[in-house]
Amino acid sequence: MRKLIFAISMLTLAVSAASADPVLDRLQMMKERGKIVGELAKMVKGEQAFDAATVDTALKALQVNAEKFDADALFPAGSTDGDTTASPKIWEDMAGFKATEDKYLADVKAAAAAAPADVDALKAQIGVLGSNCSTCHQTYRIKKG
Amino acid sequence: MPRLKKLAGAILTLAGVGVVAGWMLSAPTKVDPQVIAAAGPGDAARGERIFNAGGCASCHAKPGSKDAGQLELTGGLALKTPFGTFVAPNISQHGKDGIGLWSREDFANAMLKGVSPSGEHLYPAFPYTSYARMKPADVADLYAFMQTLPAVSGKADGHSLAFPFNVRRGIGLWKRLYLGSDPVVALPDGTPEPVVAGRYLVEGPGHCGECHTPRNFAGGSDKVRWLAGAPAAEGEGIVPNITSGEGGIGEWSEGDIANYLETGFTPDFDSVGGAMVEVQKNMAKLTPEDRAAIAAYLKAIPPHPNGYPPRKPATN
Repeated sequence: MRKLIFAISMLTLAVSAASADPVLDRLQMMKERGKIVGELAKMVKGEQAFDAATVDTALKALQVNAEKFDADALFPAGSTDGDTTASPKIWEDMAGFKATEDKYLADVKAAAAAAPADVDALKAQIGVLGSNCSTCHQTYRIKKG
Repeated sequence: MPRLKKLAGAILTLAGVGVVAGWMLSAPTKVDPQVIAAAGPGDAARGERIFNAGGCASCHAKPGSKDAGQLELTGGLALKTPFGTFVAPNISQHGKDGIGLWSREDFANAMLKGVSPSGEHLYPAFPYTSYARMKPADVADLYAFMQTLPAVSGKADGHSLAFPFNVRRGIGLWKRLYLGSDPVVALPDGTPEPVVAGRYLVEGPGHCGECHTPRNFAGGSDKVRWLAGAPAAEGEGIVPNITSGEGGIGEWSEGDIANYLETGFTPDFDSVGGAMVEVQKNMAKLTPEDRAAIAAYLKAIPPHPNGYPPRKPATN
């Protein structure tokens, strides 16, 4: 019983934490994304030796992160104030916004499934993933000071 | 009464002189034909590098096109600015709708002087204020490369500007203030070669200052705050400070800058966004040496604080 209560309270906590401030939530999600890509990039840039196991872990983490992305929860209508660089175009074209995210998720899944075996394969995958970042940021983000 | 008549006459004469002077001062000037002749016929292979450095496709390719479509220079991209809406024209090799009938001289006059083949001023939304710093030989190479690109029919819409910006002749006076071929940043003798090469790419063909430098009330680049970042010319938002001043990229190494231009990732693995996405794709096509030169220059220029106002505090 106590366990159940604990589980329920954790669940409500998680839900409330996720909906308290969508702006913070999405920022955090994007930062996590960048951090994982940064780990992978170290190997692409030759700052760290290629290690297939590390790559596998990182790509899977990237997939978990991408699967968590819920546009409706993270970008509810009106969440345009505060520390956000979200463009109004997100709400003007929610379907297009979701489509770019769906494509990203598909590419992340493909990268994780492909399990790059060497640095060149990894570099190619990072290139594909990175093009998703810039495509979305080209239209749906406004750079602010 | 005669006194008043005299005064009126004097005023009229002065006004007349003003009109004539304004007309003369606003006259289009062209490149010395000998300079163009000396630059030779140009080399298409070398011109491809200039095409990428210059970012021609970013504005002149059909909006939304990719890969080979980026070489179909139909124009059509609309730039909505406070002066009105500028529409990038067709610069494909099409004779009627593009620039297929332009001579090398015509092309050089557009690039270096902002003057059309018929002798009219072009609007500086076409960044000839930067291209004016280019070597005539590079302009000739670019001309040769563009002649290898397809002719695509379809004239782009005209600009849509309000008075007085719709008076082309007025641009002549503006050019007297803001058009010149001198470098912006003076570099002392003995400056390392990559910095000098980077200055050429950034200030000339790359035309980075057109967006990254704030503009004054007349729309001229505020060179005192060169590359300090600026409010975006279109819509909301800002264009970042790319000097090493506060708010800028002082913490980025030269390697970080070159890597960003190649991959689109910032040092903390945020990604390129906005209008810079197309620019970065072009920069990725340059050689590592060219990207390193751009980076070396950006680390060498005077630091400035942000050239745009601080962000408004959150409203909620």
